[in-house]
Amino acid sequence: MSSTDDLDVREVIIIGSGPAGLTAAIYTARANLHPLVIEGEPSSTSDQPGGQLMLTTEVENFPGFPEGIMGPELMSRFREQAVRFGAEIVTRKVSRVDLSARPFGVWVGDPEVAEPTYRSRSVIVSTGAQSLMLGLEAEQRLIGHGLSTCATCDGFFFRDHDIAVVGGGDSALEEALFLTKFARSVTIIHRRDQLRASKIMQERAFANERISFRWNHVVVDILGDRSVEGVVVRNVLTDEQTTLPVTGLFVAIGHKPNTDLFKGQLEMEDSGYLITHEGTRTNVPGVFACGDVQDHTYRQAITAAGSGCMAAIDAERFLEAERQPATRADRGR
Amino acid sequence: MSEHITTLTDGTFDEVIGSSAEPVLVDFWAEWCGPCKMIAPVLEEIAEEHAGKLRVTKLNVDDNPEVARRHSVMSIPTLIVFRDGKEAARIIGAKGKAQLLQELSAFI
Repeated sequence: MSSTDDLDVREVIIIGSGPAGLTAAIYTARANLHPLVIEGEPSSTSDQPGGQLMLTTEVENFPGFPEGIMGPELMSRFREQAVRFGAEIVTRKVSRVDLSARPFGVWVGDPEVAEPTYRSRSVIVSTGAQSLMLGLEAEQRLIGHGLSTCATCDGFFFRDHDIAVVGGGDSALEEALFLTKFARSVTIIHRRDQLRASKIMQERAFANERISFRWNHVVVDILGDRSVEGVVVRNVLTDEQTTLPVTGLFVAIGHKPNTDLFKGQLEMEDSGYLITHEGTRTNVPGVFACGDVQDHTYRQAITAAGSGCMAAIDAERFLEAERQPATRADRGR
Repeated sequence: MSEHITTLTDGTFDEVIGSSAEPVLVDFWAEWCGPCKMIAPVLEEIAEEHAGKLRVTKLNVDDNPEVARRHSVMSIPTLIVFRDGKEAARIIGAKGKAQLLQELSAFI
């Protein structure tokens, strides 16, 4: 059907279902815009419905939860709240978008199909970011065999093992601290001589006697055919290489935004983060971006939720302004 | 849980895997694993849609560490398909339904 019948054009489609996307869904649903949330599909790499919090344990800094709350539980509450106000949610992954003409086209499934699966007057992009890997050949062979990006999923299998975490941010320390519940020792490999992580996390890590640090080191290879048997590290100051005899390696070296879908259509930085201005506007009128997909600075659940709210309000105002001329024309008839 | 999914334990694993005429998919999972929960409904659908061709089972690694250790499961969710009692395929990590079906296409 090539009809541009208004009935099958949505007011707003939200791509992604982390704190940003679901907050945008709550707000646009309450504004009677009947949002469609395309939440993504399950995966274990922080690119899944619910976003990165689905792979965490205790969230201690989300206001309103003085006792803390588990990441997946928090996200299921976000989702319930969006559904309560009428957001429609589909568990699919967007395969293609066409933002060159309005209404915008959004595909799920086969991207080669001519007609988009959905069309919409506005789009909110909240596809988030996912864990970066080291880019080593050994990774393909050993992922799931001692190499992991999800401490909460795999920590259990390292009871009494000596393991390593690579990274120096909050997520690296969080993983390391979590892993000390199981592992005999956790070595944090970090390429600098100080951590990026927050003070409170640093204090906890320094105080934990199972955690030690290998400063100024980078991972150059992972040993083992069928499972991790060691990690080769290089001292960035001396170039000296050593092998750590660990049986597990957890990677927490940062994130990359999930923006492949939008290449050539939305303005982005060289690093792939979407560029927004005047709130959450992208370079395409009617397309808004919120959450980690456009934020490499704060990257918190609460800031993502805040920008999701902004995107919803921006989209609502955009749709209202678009409707004005048509309404006047109708009256004139 | 779906009537199409059998729960395995360290005690019943060998018998079920060894005696099944169809290939058996074992979902190694645990309560605390977010991605495991995400794929649970997908597996229920697959179990129902392909009943008779592929037998879908699940095994809690917390309660049944022996089987998980024997099969070198070090990451969950891990899905292993056994055919004639032998490992025929292994899928590590959560995936969407379309991708899972594709990787399981030899068995369904």
